[in-house]
Amino acid sequence: MLSRVPPPLRASTLLACSRNAVAAPGKRSIGARMASTSSSEATASFLTSRATLASATAFTVGTIAWYTHLYGTLPFVGEISANSPAEEGLHPPKYPWSHSGFFDTFDHASIRRGYQVYKEVCAACHSLDRIAWRNLVGVSHTATEVKALAEEHEYPDGPNDQGEMFQRPGKLSDYLPAPYPNEEAARASNGGALPPDLSLIIKARHGGCDYVFSLLTGYVDPPAGVEIREGLNYNPYFPGGAIAMARVLFDGLVEYDDGTPGTTSQYAKDVVTFLNWAAEPEHDERKKIGLQATILMSSLVLLSLYAKRFKWTPLKSRKIVYNPPKPKQH
Amino acid sequence: MSLASSFYNAFARRNSVFFATIMGSAFVFSIGFNGATNAFWDHWNKGKQWKDIRDKYIEKDE
Repeated sequence: MLSRVPPPLRASTLLACSRNAVAAPGKRSIGARMASTSSSEATASFLTSRATLASATAFTVGTIAWYTHLYGTLPFVGEISANSPAEEGLHPPKYPWSHSGFFDTFDHASIRRGYQVYKEVCAACHSLDRIAWRNLVGVSHTATEVKALAEEHEYPDGPNDQGEMFQRPGKLSDYLPAPYPNEEAARASNGGALPPDLSLIIKARHGGCDYVFSLLTGYVDPPAGVEIREGLNYNPYFPGGAIAMARVLFDGLVEYDDGTPGTTSQYAKDVVTFLNWAAEPEHDERKKIGLQATILMSSLVLLSLYAKRFKWTPLKSRKIVYNPPKPKQH
Repeated sequence: MSLASSFYNAFARRNSVFFATIMGSAFVFSIGFNGATNAFWDHWNKGKQWKDIRDKYIEKDE
């Protein structure tokens, strides 16, 4: 409507309108205002309603969360990184681990095979010094089996009656033996690179299981133009691409007792399951208690909400009425 | 007699009975609840837990 009014008239009309509305609200102007606002009242109440606020908030939070999940960064927030994608390492794909669901325990047969792979392959360079032999009992091996495994290794003990240290076969309470006596020895045997302890490696790396699995199975020839120093190997999943560890898992390397086919990916899957157990030995129990706690807590919340409403009903629904005393008749 | 008043007369009139009722029902509930959740858990993870594969290896111990 206003756009049709010729330009010089507009300012004065607007001024007059506002002055009329603010300074001198006569009967006519009130009536006019009510007539004009009645249609926009519904819009206003829709815009200021709680449901609109809640749904707009949910939509905003949802889209930001979705974007962050999809692209890894917050939208419209700048980020500067000194790393190129190659230097950061290829992001591993998500694998359907047998223990990744809310209710899923570890596959203990897989842990058992994974221990075999660790023992025969990884243990040559990597320690696992937070795991004791006794931790394997009732998880992947029977007590008798673990005792036999522990006795294969010798541990220093003492002092004896002559005050000398001596070697004795391992017991259930001993920790898994380390391949090197100290860090310097480990570095010296591996061209200056330290093989990390694997006790918490799944927790200690971005991507966890997926990353370690991808790393173990991801060795390829370097692409054209990528120079890899002598003694290093190319692995696109490793940050920087050059890793001191060579590919160690090959088809048929380890022979499983339970008849599982021995392939590279099977070894990697089993050893990653084993290492995830080593990093989170409480995993199975934690998930089960989590399930029970969630059921109990949520039913208690519902119960307390009901009790609150039950107790507050008379207060919320009461009506206070003021009956003025009748004026005295003179 | 309504359910609420019969409940009150049976369980809540004396504190000793009330306390014993709470303790007893907590005991019974925990057995039932743990039994139900454990049954679901073992059904969901059938064949994966150590107790499912234990028999294969325990025989070697004779």
